[in-house]
Amino acid sequence: MAVTVSIPTILRTHTGGEKSVEAAGKTVLEIIDDVESRHAGIKARLVKEEKLHRFINVYVNDEDVRFAGGLDAEVKDGDTVTILPAVAGG
Amino acid sequence: MVVLRIRRELVDEIVAHARRDHPDEACGVIAGPVGSDRAERFIPMLNAARSPTFYEFDSADLLKLYREMDANDEVPVVIYHSHTATEAYPSRTDASIAAEPDAHYVLVSTRDPDTHEFRSYRIVDAEITEEPVEIVD
Repeated sequence: MAVTVSIPTILRTHTGGEKSVEAAGKTVLEIIDDVESRHAGIKARLVKEEKLHRFINVYVNDEDVRFAGGLDAEVKDGDTVTILPAVAGG
Repeated sequence: MVVLRIRRELVDEIVAHARRDHPDEACGVIAGPVGSDRAERFIPMLNAARSPTFYEFDSADLLKLYREMDANDEVPVVIYHSHTATEAYPSRTDASIAAEPDAHYVLVSTRDPDTHEFRSYRIVDAEITEEPVEIVD
């Protein structure tokens, strides 16, 4: 079993158009690193100075990881990690 | 040339939402079938920032919205928000955060109580391009 990572439209250039990819890891950061190892460039779009980018939302199942440890948030086999850019502005 | 073609009733819904939330910014989406570029389903969103100078979809609402659109084979054809004291032109913040290169970014200004501005843009890699709006009955 692995973790399913749902990729937003704007980052699908890194995954050859795939809407979701499989990954392995025990934390959100490990998942991102695993995805990065096969889809180079994606990590820089998500992580800045070792923190999740302010306007990128990452969810483990239904939970926004910002409220669950950020990049250290725990991930289990069978979970779905969803990446969504914030819809925001001034 | 790229154009936003949109039904009058949807324009009216967006403007009414912007007026209702004034002086805070209002925001939302019009979803449509994948690949169609047809704005069909009006989805007003809460501005979690509740601010006259900033808007942000609530993160739980955002997840729910995208899951729902995914299940319906929809995409956000229009992403709208209001400016309540300035013109209907994307701010630098709007351009830097915009992450849906296929969407029409609609800006409504409610700075004038009697008339509104309704304009549409593409925002790709923080580059703003205005496009004509064709309102159909």
